[in-house]
Amino acid sequence: MSTAQTRRKAPAGERVADWADGRLGIYSLAKANMRKIFPDHWSFMLGEICLYSFIIIILTGVYLTLFFHPSMNEVEYHGSYVPLQGQLMSEAFASTLDISFDVRGGLLIRQIHHWAAIIFLAGMFVHMMRVFFTGAFRKPREINWLFGFLLFVLGMFTGFTGYSLPDDLLSGTGVRFTQGAILSVPIVGTYISMFLFGGEFPGTDFVARFYSIHILLLPGIMLGLVVGHLILVFYHKHTQFAGPGRTNKNVVGMPLLPVYMAKAGGFFFLVFGFIAALAGLATINPIWVLGPYRPDQVSTGAQPDWYMGFAEGLIRAMPGWEINLWGHTLVLGVFIPLVVFGLFLGMIALYPFIESWVTGDKREHHILDRPRNAPTRTGFGVAWVTAYIIMLIGGGNDIVATHFHLSINSVTWFVRIGFFAGPVVAFIITKRICLGLQRRDKEKVLHGRESGIIKRLPHGEFIEVHEPLSQEQMYTLTAHEQYQPVEIGPTVDENGVERKVKGSEKLRAKLSESYFGEGAQIPKPTAEEYREITSGHGHH
Amino acid sequence: MSSQDIPEENLPAEQSAGHDEHGHGAVSPADDKHPFVDPGLPPHEPRIQDIDERAAKRSERSVALLFTVSMLATVAFIASFVAIPVDKSVFIFPLGRISALNFALGLTLGIALFCIGAGAVHWARTLMSDVEIADERHPIEAEPEVREKVFADFKQGAKESAIGRRKLIRNTMFGALTLVPLSGVVLLRDLGPLPEDKLRHTLWSKGKLLVNMNTNEPLRPADVAVGSLTFAKPEGLEEHDHDFQNEIAKAALMIVRIQPENIKDKRELEWSHQGIVAYSKICTHVGCPISLYEQQTHHVLCPCHQSTFDLSDGARVIFGPAGHALPQLRIGVNEEGYLEALSDFEEPVGPAFWERG
Repeated sequence: MSTAQTRRKAPAGERVADWADGRLGIYSLAKANMRKIFPDHWSFMLGEICLYSFIIIILTGVYLTLFFHPSMNEVEYHGSYVPLQGQLMSEAFASTLDISFDVRGGLLIRQIHHWAAIIFLAGMFVHMMRVFFTGAFRKPREINWLFGFLLFVLGMFTGFTGYSLPDDLLSGTGVRFTQGAILSVPIVGTYISMFLFGGEFPGTDFVARFYSIHILLLPGIMLGLVVGHLILVFYHKHTQFAGPGRTNKNVVGMPLLPVYMAKAGGFFFLVFGFIAALAGLATINPIWVLGPYRPDQVSTGAQPDWYMGFAEGLIRAMPGWEINLWGHTLVLGVFIPLVVFGLFLGMIALYPFIESWVTGDKREHHILDRPRNAPTRTGFGVAWVTAYIIMLIGGGNDIVATHFHLSINSVTWFVRIGFFAGPVVAFIITKRICLGLQRRDKEKVLHGRESGIIKRLPHGEFIEVHEPLSQEQMYTLTAHEQYQPVEIGPTVDENGVERKVKGSEKLRAKLSESYFGEGAQIPKPTAEEYREITSGHGHH
Repeated sequence: MSSQDIPEENLPAEQSAGHDEHGHGAVSPADDKHPFVDPGLPPHEPRIQDIDERAAKRSERSVALLFTVSMLATVAFIASFVAIPVDKSVFIFPLGRISALNFALGLTLGIALFCIGAGAVHWARTLMSDVEIADERHPIEAEPEVREKVFADFKQGAKESAIGRRKLIRNTMFGALTLVPLSGVVLLRDLGPLPEDKLRHTLWSKGKLLVNMNTNEPLRPADVAVGSLTFAKPEGLEEHDHDFQNEIAKAALMIVRIQPENIKDKRELEWSHQGIVAYSKICTHVGCPISLYEQQTHHVLCPCHQSTFDLSDGARVIFGPAGHALPQLRIGVNEEGYLEALSDFEEPVGPAFWERG
C-alpha cells in the first residue's frame, strides 16, 4: 500500500494515451509520423488549399442540408424577398431564398460553400499542374496521380450537381444543356435522359436525385479518395527539389510536430478565414436576381461555374454536324464535344504511364524536376493548358464578344482554329524557352553569374566581371538527370537472323528521340568543360 | 509495356554519391574531378529570435495579439448575429448595397479564423525551431525474400482452397458473382418511363389557339406587329398546371411577322398567315429557349451557345453549333379571327436524338 502511494501517478495525458495505445496501438503510428519530415516550398501548399477547401465545403454543406428542401413541388413564394412575392417556384428555389434572406447567417454559409467549391476546383487544377510540371507523378506516385485526377473530375460533377440544386433560371439552363448532351448519345441517349429525369425534361425528380448524388454519393467517394491520397502522401513521403543535402534517398525539412502542425493547421484557418471574408464581401450566385427556372425562359450571358467552362467551350465551338441515316440521327455536333471532353481529361490521367513507357525508367523518383529540365513534358503540359484555356474562352465567347466589342462569329472561329493551332504553337515556344533556360543554367555554372560590375582593363577593353557560383548553386544547377534516347538496336541478331522490329518499339524510339534526342535537351556541363574554362584565365 | 529491352546505360546515373554521410554544415570539398558534388546541407543560420530574447518576446506578443484579435472577432460575430436585423442592407463602397448582416458576419468570422491561422504560422516561423532535419527514405518495393514469401503463401492458400483443381466450383462461383449485380441493374428500371414517342409530340394540335405568354390572351393577327417578337403557349396550358414545366419545355413558341415577299422558304410561306410565322422557341442544339431577335435581318440567336437561325428562310442554321433548323408550327386563323395551330409540329422540337431520324 505505502509503496503504491509513494509512486507518483503518471500525468492524465499519458494515462489517456496509454489507454488508447492498449486498444488502438497509437504509439507505433505516432513513432513513425509525429516527427515526420516535410520539405518546404511554396508550391507544396497548393494541395493543402484543396484539402482545406474540401473540409470547408463539407462543414458548410452539412449546415445547408439543415435548411434546404430538395423538392420540385411547386409553391407560391411568400418569403421576405419582395420582388419575387407570389411567384410560382419549386420548393428547392424557395428554400434557397429562405436560406439567403430569412435564415440569419444562411447567406454567408451558402456563399462560403460556393466560394470554397470554386477555390477547391481551382486549387486542384493548379495543384495538378504543379505535380505535372515538376514530374512529381513519376514512380512511385502514379496511383496518387490517378486519385488526384479522379478527385478533380468528381469535383467537377459534384460542383455541377451542387449549383443545379437551387433550381434557378441559370442552373436550370445548365441542366437543360446537360440533358441535351445526354440525348446526343447514340442508341441509349433518350433512355438515359428518361431514367435520369424520371421522364421528360425537366420533370419533378432531378433536384432530389441530384441532391443525393451531390451530398452523398460523390462526396462519399471523394472523401475516400482524399483519405487514400493523404495516406499515400504520408507513405511515399513528400517530394523535394534538388539542392545541397537533398537526395533521392532522403527528405529534408521540418518535422510535423511542431512546425507543420502549426503551419499546416494554421493554414487551414488562413484559407477558411479568407473564404469567409470573401463570402462576406463578394456576392456569388445571386439566385434571387435570376429567378426560378422555367424551360421557356433564359437570360443572356448564361455561364456555368468556371470549371465547366471548358466543356461549355467545346459545345459552343463545335460545328453543328448531324448525320441522318436509316431513320436515325447521329448528333455529332453535340456528341463529339462530349467524347472530346472525356478524352481530353483522360489524356492527362494517362500521361505518367506514357512517360514511364518512353523512358523505360523503373526507379523511384523523389527529386522534382525543374520544368525547364524536362522540355518535352513541359511543352506537352503547356499545350494542354493552352487548349484548356482556349476552350474556356470559347465557353465565354458571348462575354468576350460583348466586353471587347468583337463579333461573336470571329471569337468562335478563333476558338475553333485556336484549339488545334494553339497547343502546337505553345508546345514549340515552351520547348524553346526551356532550352534557353537550360543554356543559361549551363552558362552560369561554367562562367559564373553576371555581377553587374564593369571593369576597364589597362589596354582599354571593358569586361563584365563574372562571379563563380557557390558550391550549393553549382550542385543545384547540375543535379538533374538526363536520359539518353532509346535506340531500336540491331535489327539482326548475333546469328545474322533478321529480328522483327515491333511497331511499338519504333514508336518508342521515335518518342524517346523527341524527348531526349539532340535538340530536346542541352547536355549538362561536364567536369572537363568546367576544368577547361576555370583553369584558363576565367575569360569567356 | 515491357521495357526490359531498354539497356541500363540509357538511364541516367545517380548523382555523385558520398553525400549521405555528411551531416549539417559538413561541406565536402569540391575537387578537380568532381566540381559539382553535393556540398551537403548548409549550416543552420539562426534567426533574430534565436539569438535575441527581446525579438523572441516581440514575436510572442505578436502571436498573442493575433489570437486575442481572433477572440474579439468571435465576440463581434455573435454580437452582429444578435444585433443586426436579417433584412437590413447597407451601402459599402465599392461593393454597393449589400446585406449588413452578411457583411458583418463574413468579416468577423473571416478575421476570427484568419488571425488564428496567422498567429499559428507566425509562431511556427519565428519561435519554433527551423533547423532542417533529414529523414531517410526506404525503397517501397519489398525485399526479394518478402516477395517470395508472399507468393508462396498465396500459392499455398490457393492450393488449399483447391480453386484450380475443382473447376466446377470456380466456374459456378464466377457465374453467380457475374449474375448477381444484374438485380441491381434491374432495380433501376423504374427510374423513368421508356422514351417511346414522347419526344415527338407537344401540346399543339389542330385548332389550339395561340395564347400570348405575357397577357394570357389569345392572339389575333393584328396583335403581331412587324418587327416584334411574341412568345406564345397553347391554349389551356396554365402556370399552375402540374405538368406546366414539361409541356412548356416542348410547346414554347415564338411568333414574328415578316413581309410575305421577304419570306424565302416556300413551305414557310405556306405555313404562315399573312407573314406571321410561328417557330419552336426551343433551340435544336441542346434545348435552350431562344430569345434574341434581330428584326432587320430576321435572325434569332440562342443566348446560350449562339446558334443563329434565319426566320425568313425556314429558320435554317446560319451560324453556331445547332445541327438543324427550328421546327415550324403550321398556323392559320379560325372563324373568330384568332390565330390557331393547324397541327402539331411535324418533327420533334428541341435537341436531336438517336431516334429522331
